[in-house]
Amino acid sequence: MSMTPDRTDMITLDGVHFARGKQVIFNNVDMRFPRGKVTVVLGPSGTGKTTLLRLIGGQLRPARGQLRVDGIEVARARSKALYALRRRMGVLFQNGALFTDLTVGENVAFPLRAHSRLDETLIRHIILFKLEAVGLRAARDRYPAELSGGMARRAALARAMALDPEVMLYDEPFAGQDPVSMGVLLRLIRRLNDALGLTSLVVTHDVSEALSIADHVIVLAGGGVIGQGSPDEIRVQRDAEPALAQFLDGAAEGPLSTNDEGRPLADELGLGRKILRESRGESQEEGQKESQKENPGGRR
Amino acid sequence: MNSLLDPIVRLGRLTIGGIRHAGSMALFAVALAWVLIPAWSRPRDIAQQVYAAGVLSLVIILVAGGFVGLVLGLQGYNILSNFNASESLGVMVALSLVRELGPVVAALLFAGRAGSAITAEIALMKTTDQLAALEMMAVDPLRRVLAPRFWGAVISVPLLAALFSLVGIVGGYLIGVVVLGVDQASYWGQIREQMEAWEDVGGGAIKSLAFGAVIALISVYEGYRAEPTASGMARATTQTVVLSSLAVLGLDFVMTAFMFGA
Repeated sequence: MSMTPDRTDMITLDGVHFARGKQVIFNNVDMRFPRGKVTVVLGPSGTGKTTLLRLIGGQLRPARGQLRVDGIEVARARSKALYALRRRMGVLFQNGALFTDLTVGENVAFPLRAHSRLDETLIRHIILFKLEAVGLRAARDRYPAELSGGMARRAALARAMALDPEVMLYDEPFAGQDPVSMGVLLRLIRRLNDALGLTSLVVTHDVSEALSIADHVIVLAGGGVIGQGSPDEIRVQRDAEPALAQFLDGAAEGPLSTNDEGRPLADELGLGRKILRESRGESQEEGQKESQKENPGGRR
Repeated sequence: MNSLLDPIVRLGRLTIGGIRHAGSMALFAVALAWVLIPAWSRPRDIAQQVYAAGVLSLVIILVAGGFVGLVLGLQGYNILSNFNASESLGVMVALSLVRELGPVVAALLFAGRAGSAITAEIALMKTTDQLAALEMMAVDPLRRVLAPRFWGAVISVPLLAALFSLVGIVGGYLIGVVVLGVDQASYWGQIREQMEAWEDVGGGAIKSLAFGAVIALISVYEGYRAEPTASGMARATTQTVVLSSLAVLGLDFVMTAFMFGA
């Protein structure tokens, strides 16, 4: 119950439970995000990776359990404290979420203008520095619609970094990126983390790319954590956990089902009875008699 | 049995849905009310919205106002001349416009032209995570995005209604005095003599202010609560136009009954 910040972990989840309607997303999960490290959260689609980021940002509240960022319990924070906490976080959204009616430069300037009374010249210098860091200085007067997917992602990264956050949250940063853009982003995430002393949290399902920059890995599946540790520890854990092995190998067969659960296909097609009969070796005529018995009026 | 109960079930579902919608809009209105005054700390944002919602609606409002004035002049002349009262044409046109048609028709046009645009813009910002990005940048989207749009509509509607009436009166003048030969002095003179500044002009202004507030609230609410899908956005914009139009017409009846009723 201590409220003092944990020295080793920036973000901690203890017994967190979260559900959307009847669908349980997190069932009593514990997670640790070490300070100053790049933590990668892996998991199949729909395991609540984006939900995790929204919980950390305080946009969603867990039903039970505690989620602390630098010792502050996010769900209990009042709006002022929550906003103060968010000012220390940068978020790179899955689709960039750039403001479409502002230029790239104005997008980066937006958080600075909203939260500081800095001189316009200084703001201009900060914009140039941030855009230089992501290699987009020349694109500062372009609108988001004029950028490629990779450039938009980097512009959004520059905006997320504008207020010099302590924590960076990346939501699927590699989705839909070509190999070169992906390489650039990977290097940026690692370099920014080390150069600025950030704590980074990367949510993704690109296993090999993510493992190449990770200090700490958390693998989610089926409402819980199925693996947690350094990349080497994860590789060791895979032997004991079939679901983890399936996910890391990208195997089609295994405990992680990609089909939604429901009635068997034969049932949905109304073939259950017929297939059952045929497998019993009954003749078709018998089957017809049976169906007449069931439906005496002959109406279909 | 089922088909017998179906209409009742549907009616119940509709009623509950409607009440839930109204309740959620009321809660939203309270949350929005808290940030309406603080939003004035950025007057430029509000000026931009007055431009986007108001100035860009000028063409449709002025053209519509002109035509309504022309029709009123023509119909009014035909009826009034039966009673040898065609010199009252001016005051008839002016009163109809200032008390009723100006506020109501301008509000309906505004809901279609600007209200739907406000809803679509906010809904798209929501769909593309721009509102979530604002929240994560510790900027309240209610105060930064919704409140300026609310003010933009509230300020624009009364001004547009006034212009609508003005152009309509000129339209009535053109058809009545210039084309049909009504005496020019009695057209303007009767307006001046018989119209009350507070009761007629003030009443119309209060009406259009109320209509502006209702349209603004519905537009920002529907955008903010839109489902983040293509069909959700379509539903939200349609809902804005339908709800705003019905609300304006219903409110107009209630306000007319109170202001000019007895």
